[in-house]
Amino acid sequence: MSAGDQPTPQQLVDHLFRHEAGKMIAVLTRVFGIHNIELVEDTVQETFLKALEVWKYGRLPDNPSAWLMRVARNRAIDLIRRQQKQTILSAEMVSVLQSDAEQVIQQFFLDSEIADSQLRMIFTCCHPDLNVEDQVALTLKTVSGFGVQEIAKALVSNESAIQKRLHRAKAHIKKHSIRFEIPVGGALQARLEIVYTVLYLLFNEGYHSVKSDELIRYDVCAEAMRLCKLLSEHAVGRQPSTFALLSLMCFQASRFDSRMDENDTIILLEHQDRNKWNRELIQLGSHYLGTAATGDHLSVYHLESAIAAEHCLSPDFKSTNWQSLLQLYDRLLELKPIPIVQLNRSIVLAQTNGVEQAIDAVLDIPGLHDLINHHYIYSVVLGSLYEQAGNIAEARRLLEIGYRLTPSLAEKKRLQGKILLMK
Amino acid sequence: MKDFMFIIRGQEAAQAKRTPEQTQGNMQKWMNWIGELSAKGQFVGGAPLSKEGKIVKGLKQVVTDGPFTEGKELLGGYLIIKANSMEEATKLTSGFPDFDIAFLEVREVIQMDMHQ
Repeated sequence: MSAGDQPTPQQLVDHLFRHEAGKMIAVLTRVFGIHNIELVEDTVQETFLKALEVWKYGRLPDNPSAWLMRVARNRAIDLIRRQQKQTILSAEMVSVLQSDAEQVIQQFFLDSEIADSQLRMIFTCCHPDLNVEDQVALTLKTVSGFGVQEIAKALVSNESAIQKRLHRAKAHIKKHSIRFEIPVGGALQARLEIVYTVLYLLFNEGYHSVKSDELIRYDVCAEAMRLCKLLSEHAVGRQPSTFALLSLMCFQASRFDSRMDENDTIILLEHQDRNKWNRELIQLGSHYLGTAATGDHLSVYHLESAIAAEHCLSPDFKSTNWQSLLQLYDRLLELKPIPIVQLNRSIVLAQTNGVEQAIDAVLDIPGLHDLINHHYIYSVVLGSLYEQAGNIAEARRLLEIGYRLTPSLAEKKRLQGKILLMK
Repeated sequence: MKDFMFIIRGQEAAQAKRTPEQTQGNMQKWMNWIGELSAKGQFVGGAPLSKEGKIVKGLKQVVTDGPFTEGKELLGGYLIIKANSMEEATKLTSGFPDFDIAFLEVREVIQMDMHQ
């Protein structure tokens, strides 16, 4: 190319390569089988290097995504041709088989089939034989195109631990010949539940994890949302619970930027600037929650999304409908009787029934003593309730525990501020 | 303005073991660098070179596979850049995105004046 052809630097779409990696891995796995996942990953890597080599000296192709897919497809066909050379068959037979294979591969690279392959990959990563940690890591690697160091950052782990998880998961899939497919019937429903759990975990890891840096956390939340949307666009995933989960993610993500101030201090819901909440995401959340309101199954995602919606749609903290929130928490507690739900419910209870009842509700949580000494959130919430009740000594004792336990610098700053005021 | 050749030597990008996101980041840096040079009218052209090739050597013109240079010195590609001086040309290398795996040799392309 010559000078002047390219007046300004061109821009690639954000995360294009990650997303294309996910697509290529899924389609190539359809061709080579999940037992050849390493070959598949190498082929994807080669495709990117080829792109890098050609694109960097000149201009981008008009459709970079189509270009990458074409190179991956040709590479697949090429690998099969080479494989055929070792056959016992006649040249005529080889030519027949080759042309059949090429036709099928062309099919696999059609858009509708790409989506199908990606769904297969999501379902394979979420196979019930794998433990949840491995499911999450494998999904990030093979569906989302994250690298090992990026996964380690996102999951607040280290590279060798992530390598181990990926290795374990892949070995298990090979050893047990787990099929690369979308389950049917009752197995589909059961598998979808696992997929929801993995996407929910992924989102929360990004949303709540306090140790990793903001950029990767944002990426992980966005990725969980993208996969949930992908699921909702496919016939097998187009279910009320999928939309409920998607709406929950939208509501939570709408507050992503208002949780911290410029000094990296956590801002509580009560004090957040609601003008900073992302209206577009709140609208999307409402839309998806509406779509989710069909059928007779009320999932935890429906309830959690309805709770998030109540917060997002209240014009200010004072106008929050606490009574309705309490009802939602009561039903959530039936489906999900775990301490963190009890704790969150007590915060609502403080608004509806007064702080004394809220404190009693927290004290009723089984194993509270242990929880207080291990998870900062319990001491912080209970401490704050005691503060509201005027029991400053107990409040300070608990907030100091929370200060010690929280891994978050932001939360430490916030608690330090509170504790200083109490002295 | 004179022409300068940037000769790129070093490891292949495959050696860098980049993640898709990092590969994209690297690609974006290349496009920014070349794009800026183009915008200033200083980019003439360039191309990558395949690592496979032949060596033809000696009076008997013996052909062997090659170059098989040591990885760190492998010629990976070249760029032709317009600049007023060697000093300016050298400064233009600052946007080169691959200093982690490769290095640049900057050489002036000597203009032939046939009317001398």
